[in-house]
Amino acid sequence: MSQRVGVVRFPGTNCEFDTVDAIHELGGQAKVLWHGDSDLGDVDAIVIPGGFAHGDYLRCGAIARFSPIMDSIAAFARNGGPVLGICNGFQVLTEAGLLPGALQKNIGLKFLCCMQQIQFVSTTNIVGLGARVGDLLSIPINHFEGNYVCSEDTLKQLEEENRIVFRYTDNPNGSIGDIAGISNEPGNVVGMMPHPERATSMLLGSNDGSSLIQSLLAAGPIPMA
Amino acid sequence: MRFEVKIEVSPRKGIANPEGSTIERTLPALGFETASDVRVGKVIRLQVEADSSAAAKTIAQDMCERFLSNPVIEDASVEVLDT
Repeated sequence: MSQRVGVVRFPGTNCEFDTVDAIHELGGQAKVLWHGDSDLGDVDAIVIPGGFAHGDYLRCGAIARFSPIMDSIAAFARNGGPVLGICNGFQVLTEAGLLPGALQKNIGLKFLCCMQQIQFVSTTNIVGLGARVGDLLSIPINHFEGNYVCSEDTLKQLEEENRIVFRYTDNPNGSIGDIAGISNEPGNVVGMMPHPERATSMLLGSNDGSSLIQSLLAAGPIPMA
Repeated sequence: MRFEVKIEVSPRKGIANPEGSTIERTLPALGFETASDVRVGKVIRLQVEADSSAAAKTIAQDMCERFLSNPVIEDASVEVLDT
């Protein structure tokens, strides 16, 4: 059980408290971890939340990978520890090399802030517990650089290894293959552009993010091959 | 010796460049009907201490590969300027 979640805060992160609140609301424990510390403490899972880590200077997530905490997160992930990157956190994970590909500006050059429908493509990962392939979820997006891109070889590999976690049903940003989220090969590292922490109550317009966070809370370390 | 280096980071061929496309669609409004293949990137200028111009270029190329550009979506070219 990943009951204790470390939520990483870089200078410029702005979704850490929403994430902590959502985790508390769903019965987990969460604490904010400072990017300059390398000790993750006693956590069972990591969330890299949304925002603008290090001002998104150079490229989104490009500077964040040099933060001391990232080496510890990479080691945690290598040992099978659950790591979820949301929005800017997804960008950080690609720049850090924990997930393949990159996120570039939305095809329409618009900042997108709206509810979006996504579909589960793979459930063999830390957010897919209890879900079924084909499940539809309404989860908000809030990004300017959410247009996922990768080489054709990488796309083929993601498909063959069942690592596309979500696709948009109505692609808002130009992402290759309508991709909204992917995982690493073992499934313990997931990056997604939509914000499940903002969809944990009908008061927010959707409760569909709750099951993803509950899945993260229930996920143990994934055994490494 | 100190060398002034100009690094140009541009979107890779085949990678959509919405900024370039938007500018391209706008240019005809001013009568510039002949422009095509507009691409927007960025320029990074820096000074580097090295033994030779070639060495300065190698250092800057290393910076590009490891940090200043993302090879998934960007190409980088390095020019050591005459000082």
